[in-house]
Amino acid sequence: MVRRGGARRLLATAGFYGLAVLFMLPTIFVFYWMITLSLKPQIEATAYPPSFVRFSVSMAGYREVFTKYPFLLYTWNSLVVAAGCTALGLAIGLPAAYSIARWRQQRLALAILVARIIPGIAYLIPWYIFFRRLRMVDTYGALILTHLIVGLPIIIWVMISFFEDVPADLEDAALIDGCSYFGVFWRIALPLVKPGIVATAILSFVFSWNNFLFSVILAGRETRTLPIAVYNMISYEEINWGTLAAAATLITLPVLLVALVAQRHIVTGLTFGAVKQ
Amino acid sequence: MSLQEWFVSSLTPPRFIGLANYWKILLGDPRFREAVARTVYFTVLAVGAETILGLAMALLFNREFWGRGVLRTLAILPMVATPTAIGLVFVMMYHPTLGVANYLLTVVGLSPFRWTYSSQTALYALALVDVWQWTPLIMLIALAGLASLPREPYEAAHIDGASTLEAFWHITLPLLRPALVVAVLFRAIDALKTFDIIFIMTQGGPANSSETVNILLFNQAFSYFNLGYASSMAVALFAVVLGASLILIKVRRTASW
Repeated sequence: MVRRGGARRLLATAGFYGLAVLFMLPTIFVFYWMITLSLKPQIEATAYPPSFVRFSVSMAGYREVFTKYPFLLYTWNSLVVAAGCTALGLAIGLPAAYSIARWRQQRLALAILVARIIPGIAYLIPWYIFFRRLRMVDTYGALILTHLIVGLPIIIWVMISFFEDVPADLEDAALIDGCSYFGVFWRIALPLVKPGIVATAILSFVFSWNNFLFSVILAGRETRTLPIAVYNMISYEEINWGTLAAAATLITLPVLLVALVAQRHIVTGLTFGAVKQ
Repeated sequence: MSLQEWFVSSLTPPRFIGLANYWKILLGDPRFREAVARTVYFTVLAVGAETILGLAMALLFNREFWGRGVLRTLAILPMVATPTAIGLVFVMMYHPTLGVANYLLTVVGLSPFRWTYSSQTALYALALVDVWQWTPLIMLIALAGLASLPREPYEAAHIDGASTLEAFWHITLPLLRPALVVAVLFRAIDALKTFDIIFIMTQGGPANSSETVNILLFNQAFSYFNLGYASSMAVALFAVVLGASLILIKVRRTASW
């Protein structure tokens, strides 16, 4: 009896892991395919039937990405815009979220939600005309300002919940002791919501890094970010899959590494609004 | 701006034409109507599949097991990966003659598809990418919801002789609903806005078969430079999305979930 029960449990466990692998296989496979494709020489990348495990490793794709295109410039552009957008987003978003949470400005909270909901394309046309008039197309300024619309609502929306958890008694005590409102915000509230700040900063950075829609119109020759560079490559490199996959890998890898290091924070940021009611 | 006729490339200045653009949207533009229907269809398809799959995965993974951390990490990778890159990889995988997707299909004995390369399957192939990317979000939210469920109702139900399925239907689902509704809501809003993946992979083609409102709008504004008309479509889209969201928020607040 004991043995049979043990066998059944073993079978159930095996079944569970079988299912688990089945569910996670598509996720793993797409990334695996992207990376192996980037390492294959041209002929093997488009070979049919494709080779899954055995192929000769070649760095030709990566070499091409860096020699034929100013890929380092694009990477730098992406970094500057994402970092700028995140820094500015935190500078505006943290006080805004604090104020909304502390004084229960529900209408403002709703406005933030609406900003999060509106399709980006609806902003793009007025912005395009606006930045063209100001001759700001192809500047970091235009990109950072427009990317705020993907970063800022997330920062504010998630941080509201974090600030609401800061006990009001603590703040009142500080106020009575002669601390200014800004002092309370800076010395008491902010240190307590550090996990939230990390989570939203990462998300804002990632969303800006990934943004395609705004940059494709507002970036020019000098400020082109990685997603746009990769998109432009598609038309030139129709057949050269190794190069395309190398570019795709290079642009995704930093984000994936951030995700691996800070996975807990990202999960918090992505699921916070939904679970905590 | 939406009340003007304005082509950026032409030399004529913007001309005021009143509500003509809006009449055109409402009555005279089958392409816009088709794009709206397509957008809604895409959203329902993708979010529906994501909800069912994500919930199933959450129920499966809602236990202690070796590798939970790995699973969580794997789950967030598709969500943070750059859509441009993902779209690019899927374009290569979907290739009708050289792609790995068709190879895998023939290996398991199915006949190959033309994926994004045929007007009949393009929208489904795109929805599949969305499902690949965002099912984990529903799973993570459902998992967090499941973790906060109380134990007592299940014990009571067990004593009363309820089956696992009955317990799921009458206890788990109702308790999980608030978290699930918010997850589906946000996902639906984002699916309606899907742009990157579609633009990278098909640009609305073949033969407009995957042209959603976002793509149509983008093309009107930045390929044809028909800014006036595009603006009125943007305003219409804005109004629809805003209205739908406000109704949903209201429903959520008043309903006794």
